[in-house]
Amino acid sequence: MSDELKVPTMADYMAEGKQPEVLFWVGSAGSFDDRAKKITKAFVKILNKANVDFAVLGTEESCTGDVAKRAGNEFLFQMQALMNIEVLNAYEVKKIVTCDPHSFNCLKNEYPSLGGNYEVVHHTQFIQDLIASGRLEVEGELYKGKRITFHDPCYLGRANNEYDAPRTVLESTKANIVEMKRHKLNALCCGAGGAQMFKEPEKGDMDINVLRTEDALKTKPNIIATGCPYCNTMMTDGIKAKEKEKDVAVLDIAELIANNENL
Amino acid sequence: MQYLPNMIFAIILIIAIGFFVKNVKKLIRNIKLGLDVDVSDNKSQRLRNMTMIAFGQSKMVRRPIAGFLHAIVYVGFIVINIEVIEIIIDGLFGTHRVFAFLGTFYDVLIGSFEVFALLVLVAVIVFWIRRNIIKLKRFWKNEMTSWPKNDANYILYFEMVLMCLFLIMNAVDQTIQIMPGTPENHYVEAGSYPISQFLVPLFQGFNFESAVIVERAAWWLHIVGILIFLNYLYYSKHLHILLAFPNTYFGSLKPKGQVNNLEAVTKEVKMMMDPSVDPFAAAPEGAEEEVPAKFGASDVQDLSWVQLLSAYTCTECGRCTSSCPANLTGKKLSPRKVMMDTRDRLEEVGKNIDANNGVFKDDGKQLLGDYISHEELWACTTCNACVEECPISINPLSIILEMRRYLVMEQSAAPSELNNMMSNIENNGAPWPYNQMDRLNWKNE
Repeated sequence: MSDELKVPTMADYMAEGKQPEVLFWVGSAGSFDDRAKKITKAFVKILNKANVDFAVLGTEESCTGDVAKRAGNEFLFQMQALMNIEVLNAYEVKKIVTCDPHSFNCLKNEYPSLGGNYEVVHHTQFIQDLIASGRLEVEGELYKGKRITFHDPCYLGRANNEYDAPRTVLESTKANIVEMKRHKLNALCCGAGGAQMFKEPEKGDMDINVLRTEDALKTKPNIIATGCPYCNTMMTDGIKAKEKEKDVAVLDIAELIANNENL
Repeated sequence: MQYLPNMIFAIILIIAIGFFVKNVKKLIRNIKLGLDVDVSDNKSQRLRNMTMIAFGQSKMVRRPIAGFLHAIVYVGFIVINIEVIEIIIDGLFGTHRVFAFLGTFYDVLIGSFEVFALLVLVAVIVFWIRRNIIKLKRFWKNEMTSWPKNDANYILYFEMVLMCLFLIMNAVDQTIQIMPGTPENHYVEAGSYPISQFLVPLFQGFNFESAVIVERAAWWLHIVGILIFLNYLYYSKHLHILLAFPNTYFGSLKPKGQVNNLEAVTKEVKMMMDPSVDPFAAAPEGAEEEVPAKFGASDVQDLSWVQLLSAYTCTECGRCTSSCPANLTGKKLSPRKVMMDTRDRLEEVGKNIDANNGVFKDDGKQLLGDYISHEELWACTTCNACVEECPISINPLSIILEMRRYLVMEQSAAPSELNNMMSNIENNGAPWPYNQMDRLNWKNE
């Protein structure tokens, strides 16, 4: 097992007069949600293992405002965005990585016209690059031959056309990747987007996450892989609703890689 | 008297085209009720999108069966319309098969029209079966009330009848062409008839006069039918055959996840955050009194003209609704209904303007509430499945978000859980009630 996590802040770097290679945007879920915090830590372990010079904003980070925007509150979104942009620009941030596709989409597509121009990547893209450039070697065989199905997050997939990075990273574990009938372009939402995460669903016949979990279970998976903290929560709840938590694990791609490498 | 048919034809043609132009003008006026939006950028990319998506049908084939059948009807429609040019010239000048002089090329043309006519007929019959016998789910959702269902079937009947008339016309024509002793042969021997030759036996017993009557009847019904169909477009979902082109051209070029930032809000937020701004300062001399902006949309006039164009373009195929996670789990939301409602309300506003000398008179109704309910809007997960599915670049999500903006920023009418979430963000920078100072605690847990 690894030593203590190294998580320097931008303020630390600034004090030393240095710039990290990338800013890790932890996001509200990654900071506060118990399940998502594990994903955050898994990703940090990967960054530490690959000797990536990264920093977080720590207490200077605030909600991107994405969820407020999707709920219709453009005021609150822009207030959050402009405050964050002030901080990010003050630190002269160039590149941002995040485990949350919603933050990813918002920072990448909606911050530029407000004055925040950064290269923004999703953690699955970042890990893919680490592997491709030889900075991270995936050698473990924990998941070799295991049936893993990947649930595409809407804001990584359809919203930003990234379908390959998560799959390429999964392939590095030599797992048996099985696709759901609805995948990539046709993937079904987990039900959390558009601020649904924070409210009860409207009246209907069933919950969206249960329907999506049924999609996943049809592939007879050992593991459902996710790339979004909200999808993770929704799929985990779906698995509980189907009483399958003993048979099927729901894990983020960062966790899969960290576990695989015994980090 | 010799020119009577030509004159009647010319009059019918002028009336039909005049009426169509009148409706197109109304259509353009209604679309222009929307807010202005700059879509003058990236002309080459836009042209490419239109060529690929509308002309090339690239997104139709994502559902292979419907895509294939649609391609047949689409190509058939374009090809057979070349024949309409000949029909119009013949009608106006009293000629018959004026392009017959093209010889072999003419044979090839008529031959391929016939093949397509048959293929279209078969495709349209399959479409009818899918709708009415197999009852594909997406054609039977709640918003498919009597008119949308009838409209779809009327279009199919129209096409069946037109294709049959075309083939009958050709069948009788070739019978007449080879009749021995046909006096003053107006019916030149021309064309090849790979399909309608099989219908010839039906007319074998006919003498010249009765054959001509049948041929003329089929000819007139065919062209009048086409002109009626042309004028039916405006009242029908079938308008997509024209509007799919501009709609794919003006469709968004941004990543689907990107939602526009409201400039009016930026101005206000920047003022709020700027300590040097004096909120009580008088407006500078000569500055125009600023009209307080309305945030979001409660009615069609608050949407952009591209969104209104999309509403008229929607052909109610329901691919969006059949992939919507909210709709699939029994919620009220249907992206197709959002588009249909927007169009129906826009038509209502247009009629209101017509009835009141060109000015809209408040009718106490609006798109939000009277057509689209809050429940529908709050069921959306913004997953973009509907946007991805639409074969002609319609974006129902953008309308849903504009209406949410109105609900939240103008009416503070968000569900209470969302209000809690938003006040958390306002107070402590996270959607949950945790202190911003605890944001890095995970490191040591």
